[in-house]
Amino acid sequence: MIWQLDLIILAIVVVCGVGSIMVKDLMGAAILFGAYSFMMCLLWAVMGAVDVAFTEAAVGAGVSTVFFTAAVFRTTRRTKD
Amino acid sequence: MRWFGIVCVACLGLVLAVASSHFPPWGDPHSPASTHVSPRYIEKSVEETAVPNIVTAVLADYRGYDTMFETTVIFAAGLACFMLLRRLGTGPQEQLWRHIPTGVVVHVKGGVRPWIDPRHFEPIDRHWTPHDLVTLTSCRIMIPFLQLFALYVVAHGHHSPGGGFQGGVILGAALILLAISHNLRTAAERFSETTNGVLSGLGVSIYAGVGMACLVLGGAFLDYKELAGLLGVDKVHARSLGIFFVEVGVAITVMAVMYLIYRNVSSAGECDEGL
Repeated sequence: MIWQLDLIILAIVVVCGVGSIMVKDLMGAAILFGAYSFMMCLLWAVMGAVDVAFTEAAVGAGVSTVFFTAAVFRTTRRTKD
Repeated sequence: MRWFGIVCVACLGLVLAVASSHFPPWGDPHSPASTHVSPRYIEKSVEETAVPNIVTAVLADYRGYDTMFETTVIFAAGLACFMLLRRLGTGPQEQLWRHIPTGVVVHVKGGVRPWIDPRHFEPIDRHWTPHDLVTLTSCRIMIPFLQLFALYVVAHGHHSPGGGFQGGVILGAALILLAISHNLRTAAERFSETTNGVLSGLGVSIYAGVGMACLVLGGAFLDYKELAGLLGVDKVHARSLGIFFVEVGVAITVMAVMYLIYRNVSSAGECDEGL
């Protein structure tokens, strides 16, 4: 594994994770969470856990983002706190 | 309260950071996990189950109970979503019917179904927006390939990464794509609510049924080698086939539950239009 690339992905994971709980726009939070999942999927793949990476890509980055988006459409777009 | 929360999180994070520094390093051959169970699986799983992907063998055979109850958890999640969100009974008081050739919308008050030709009118809701031709066409082209890939992932889980869970999620995602690009009614013409409910229970039943069949044939629950007589293969390949059967069960449940959750969340329980 290339450690520079690994470090960049880890940094993006942290930024996306913190961003998804800090951002006021719930849709943005859902998309940031999807990006976080996708970066985690890359990390799993780098570590050789391909099955976990596949699940993360399908569930975390794919379907759960759709669920969040659907839920945001049925509530308010902006968070109150 | 806010500061209390931040202090709590910081302390817990510190504990976690200190604890994780005591973990064995990544890929350490002398770590407890690599010295007891892993060598057993790596050395024996291919000759015992004829499944080259050790992860699949461990998930569906050696740890079969675990996966069965994971599937049950998924089913329970879908059931909870249905119970919480689905609004059964009378539909909306005002119905909107759009005349397809002209685009004129007819408002119908009261719960009665108007006498109109369904070839020329389509039911719409208040948030209706015209569908984009590019989205419709590209999604229609993509969906069969998604489903084919999902079937490949389920069937090829023995040899490559994947299996029932991932394949089921992709199948469910194909249905969700259909529901997003068209609407929930179009998706319901192909995959009705009854089918959805039946399939979400059927998958778990297939899994438990394979386990029960092993029990009836004289083995332990989920001991697939007892299926050898029934399937007409030797005991090693019976385990391989048993894994395949339960993977199919997992895929069916996961697909149905993913779509069920999407349908109820996106339409707030009305299951009418969706996003």
